[in-house]
Amino acid sequence: MNTRASRLIRYFLISNLLLLVAFPWVGEHFYVGLVMNMMIFGILAMSLDLLIGYTGLVSLGHAAYYGLAGYLLAIISPESEAVSIWLALPFCILGTALAALIIGWFSVRTSGIYFIMITLAFAQMLFYYFNENTDLGGSDGIFIFFKPSVTLGSITLLDLDNHIVFYYFILVCMLLVYFLLRMLLASPFGQVIQGIRANENRTRALGYPTFYYKLVSFVIAGSIGGLAGFLEGMHGGIVSPGHLGWHESGLILMIVILGGMGTLYGPIMGAFAMIFLQDWFQEITVHWMLLMGVFVIAVVLFLPRGIAGLIEDLAAKLDKSVTDSNRPATQKNGESGDG
Amino acid sequence: MMTFFIQLLNSIQYGFLLFLVASGLTLVFGIMGIINLAHGAFFMFGAYLVYWLTGVVDNYFVGILLGLPIMLVMGYVIERLAIARLYQRDHLYQVLLTYGLILILNELQKILWGSDFYSVPVPAVLDGSIALTETQAYPVYRLFISVVCMLVAAGMYVVIARTRLGMIIRAGSVNREMVQSLGININRFYAIVFSAGAALAAFAGMIGAPVSSVYPGMGDQILIISFVVVVIGGIGSVKGAFVGAMIIGLADTFGKVLIPDFASMAVYATMALILMWRPQGLFGRA
Repeated sequence: MNTRASRLIRYFLISNLLLLVAFPWVGEHFYVGLVMNMMIFGILAMSLDLLIGYTGLVSLGHAAYYGLAGYLLAIISPESEAVSIWLALPFCILGTALAALIIGWFSVRTSGIYFIMITLAFAQMLFYYFNENTDLGGSDGIFIFFKPSVTLGSITLLDLDNHIVFYYFILVCMLLVYFLLRMLLASPFGQVIQGIRANENRTRALGYPTFYYKLVSFVIAGSIGGLAGFLEGMHGGIVSPGHLGWHESGLILMIVILGGMGTLYGPIMGAFAMIFLQDWFQEITVHWMLLMGVFVIAVVLFLPRGIAGLIEDLAAKLDKSVTDSNRPATQKNGESGDG
Repeated sequence: MMTFFIQLLNSIQYGFLLFLVASGLTLVFGIMGIINLAHGAFFMFGAYLVYWLTGVVDNYFVGILLGLPIMLVMGYVIERLAIARLYQRDHLYQVLLTYGLILILNELQKILWGSDFYSVPVPAVLDGSIALTETQAYPVYRLFISVVCMLVAAGMYVVIARTRLGMIIRAGSVNREMVQSLGININRFYAIVFSAGAALAAFAGMIGAPVSSVYPGMGDQILIISFVVVVIGGIGSVKGAFVGAMIIGLADTFGKVLIPDFASMAVYATMALILMWRPQGLFGRA
């Protein structure tokens, strides 16, 4: 894609961001909550995109970190008062990072279909652990009664119980993750993991210990998934084994593909589209899963590059129609110009 | 001692049932290169079909005979309509498409049969038990399951290793283009393999139905366990699926006896241990 087309995309994304910033002041309470959900899934989908779209590791167990962080938050939150976010957030993120390190240690030495199946099996192992652990609510799940408090000394910095404050808190988290991942991908580390995706043997031949690069990428993705789970635990106020289940992992995978893997902004759009559709289908019929199934299959067959692919094509077309026909043909610029 | 023996028999019976499901999964992957997440849904459909048909015709065996052709057709149609478009695509898309199929099949099951739990009575002929001691006995039906599974496994071996059909299928898994250039329409054989895989899973659901109940989500559970079996055994290896199924049958049954609180985890822990030792599975090609 040429630079002008990518500039068009950037304008489009910035205008979307402005809409997001304005939304809580105009949207109904219910829909503001729904958009929070979308943003949380956006964070989760970006973290999975780091694995699928940039490292070339297709994980079917990514919900494990999302759900685990929710449980860690429930464990560290006392029932009668709020826990300090300075304690809860590092606890949840480091906990999921540790889990990702252990699971990754076994998983990333495999590839392809083995990796898919092993990540799935480990996620199920966690699922059953929480499903059968009655101290943590078993299959019913466990409540998180109070959102963590953000205080400095005795001053409350942010009142997360306020709907609008919490909305912006999630939005800022999403933007932070987005820019963090972009920085990471532009760094030498990011170049190496993208090299692994393109050709792992060649990257290893260049002298990079690919196992450790993949492991670090896996741990980072897991930790960011943990951040999403932490936010969801605060937002929903409950965490249940369903959060770790493989249906959830399948949903995240679907969001990444629907949005367009390897683009970072695509998965965010995928999250918005998917959660919106889910909500809409549920409104139309009790058999909404049927519609969802048909939709998933249609995307796989007819839209393999996802929404981001559509946007790129559209931007390229718009660009062409305004460009002088003598201008040299479009120049490939990879994904670096987006956003 | 006798309890141990009964547990062992249970493990083997469960292992055989797992083998039926897992062998279909591993065959479809080994021969066609397709990851089929909807395999568990076929298992579930088999169980519901036999519940429904047994109610209609009032005979369990006739129910199975009527149900199998339905599953064969269903597998064939799904292969032609959806799976056939995925052969050249990345595994990622296969996972997603078959995930979509699960959503559809699970919902169809709810529309057709609702969300209730059902039980299928053990057929009268096999509704007895063999006394092992004065107080303990082993149900005939469970032995029947093991015997039937062994027969099916033997039949599969004969078809794959000894027939022309099996030869074409094996050749197709090694070099698709070469088989086609010899004038064989490999796509037709892929459709046959896929629908046979669907029927195998459904058959396992059918003969397993009288010992477990028939319920929504039963397919998801067996699917994940079958994945573990296939990963342990080595993806694409039928022999591996057999050994893996037996290991998981033992781990699951004895896990329930030894660590009842976290029995389901025993299976996954076993898998982790085996993969630490052999990442490509016991009989997998690295």
